[in-house]
Amino acid sequence: MTQLMGYRRFDGSVGVRNHLLVLAPIDCSYEPAKKIAAQVDGAIAVTQYHGCGKDPVLVHNLVGTGLNPNVAAILVLGLGCETLTVDTVADGIRPSGKPVETLVIQQEGGTLKTQEKAVRILQRWAQEVAQLKPEPFPLSKLTLAVECGGSDATSGLAANPAVGVACDRLIDEGGTVIFSEPQEMIGTQHILARRAANNRVASDIYTMIDQDEERLKAIGVDSRWMSAGNIGGGLTTIEEKSLGAIRKGGTRPIQGVLQNNWDRFDRPDGPGLWLQDGTGWDVPSVTHMVAAGAQIVCFTSGQGSTTGHAIAPVIKITGNPVTFKQMEDNMDINAGTILDGSESLNSVGQRIYETIIDTANGKKTKAEALGYRDYIVFCRSRAAEHLLGHC
Amino acid sequence: MVKKAIQIDEKDNVATTTEEVDTGEQVEVISPDGKVILRPKVTEPIPFGHKLAIKPIKNGDNIVKYGEVIGVSTQPIKAGAWVNTHNVGSARMPTKGKEEGIL
Repeated sequence: MTQLMGYRRFDGSVGVRNHLLVLAPIDCSYEPAKKIAAQVDGAIAVTQYHGCGKDPVLVHNLVGTGLNPNVAAILVLGLGCETLTVDTVADGIRPSGKPVETLVIQQEGGTLKTQEKAVRILQRWAQEVAQLKPEPFPLSKLTLAVECGGSDATSGLAANPAVGVACDRLIDEGGTVIFSEPQEMIGTQHILARRAANNRVASDIYTMIDQDEERLKAIGVDSRWMSAGNIGGGLTTIEEKSLGAIRKGGTRPIQGVLQNNWDRFDRPDGPGLWLQDGTGWDVPSVTHMVAAGAQIVCFTSGQGSTTGHAIAPVIKITGNPVTFKQMEDNMDINAGTILDGSESLNSVGQRIYETIIDTANGKKTKAEALGYRDYIVFCRSRAAEHLLGHC
Repeated sequence: MVKKAIQIDEKDNVATTTEEVDTGEQVEVISPDGKVILRPKVTEPIPFGHKLAIKPIKNGDNIVKYGEVIGVSTQPIKAGAWVNTHNVGSARMPTKGKEEGIL
């Protein structure tokens, strides 16, 4: 029996960390936000770099970050003249019942006065949060995001299939998994659609992946062709290439496509495997899955990666034994044992599953221990999407 | 050490090599739960990360990897033989390499 301990929030979700979030809706207030966060134990500052606009995708993802169960309390820190106001973000987070405060630098009379107020608020929260007691919670309250970056020939052979084994087990025990990167799914629309829970989901899968094909086609890339390098590396067809990436989500039915656009930002509304519309860029892809509620991330990399995340612990897995040796300070799990036959795919999958549980119960990942707190929100060009007829 | 090829899903009829295999060498094909399911003698060099058939495949049969159809054979393939664009085509998309004369 898997025993999980976490922090229950007012909205029924359960956090596996207790971050105090200093959220700058625009980069204009991000430098002070970072200085403020640096002064208080457990505080972390995030922002977005898309300028002074009020794009719904940015709002959805910033609000989603605040709503993530790993966040205990949120201070929204604005400059004052920005289009995306602190209230817009704070009002989106407040229904969760979490402590939310706002401060506006231009109204407070500069950064030093703001900083004093902000640090006092965070200091109080840090003391309160320390008193929260972890409680047992079921796997149905745990959502895992899976992502890859810096893939090599071992990714589709060892790391991704092993993470897939862990995902299958997590789902079989009532958990939730989100995977994304539609660009990597081109050529496998029909395979993923066959795994859809119903016809509507199948149709959403086609639409999501076809749109990414259209984006590539618009800039002259025909993504259905295999390159000589792909074939020389042993990948015979586009289906095989894409399946190597998709396999990290496991093999269970797909419950739905989580929309992540100007009209809608969806969260999983039940357990099982979910596909999120998003980007092939790894850190923003993780951010969007975290904004949809993922408390933990499994990240596979053939060549090695340093990435962590501001809100969710990132467990990094490589299928390349040479990379693991070279990058052991940064990679959590060596799935390269599959290659020499010293460990089976299923037993590495089990090891990953156990690491997910240990991480949920508080064990720090290597990136967490080193303080790596990646956070990027991605937003497609609305003008380009309009020209493509996507919105 | 004996060279290995990994079967990723139980339904697969191909396995992927974990290092380059030369003509005449024997390969252990390992199932997802770690069992050696086949020890074919390889009759042609197979590069690292490439596939070999783990059962006889007829012309026009599906090639299954990751438990899914990744292509269709264009000629009969013996167990232990190298599987790539020379004997498999995409069921869905053409393979450009052939037209470019790379393969």
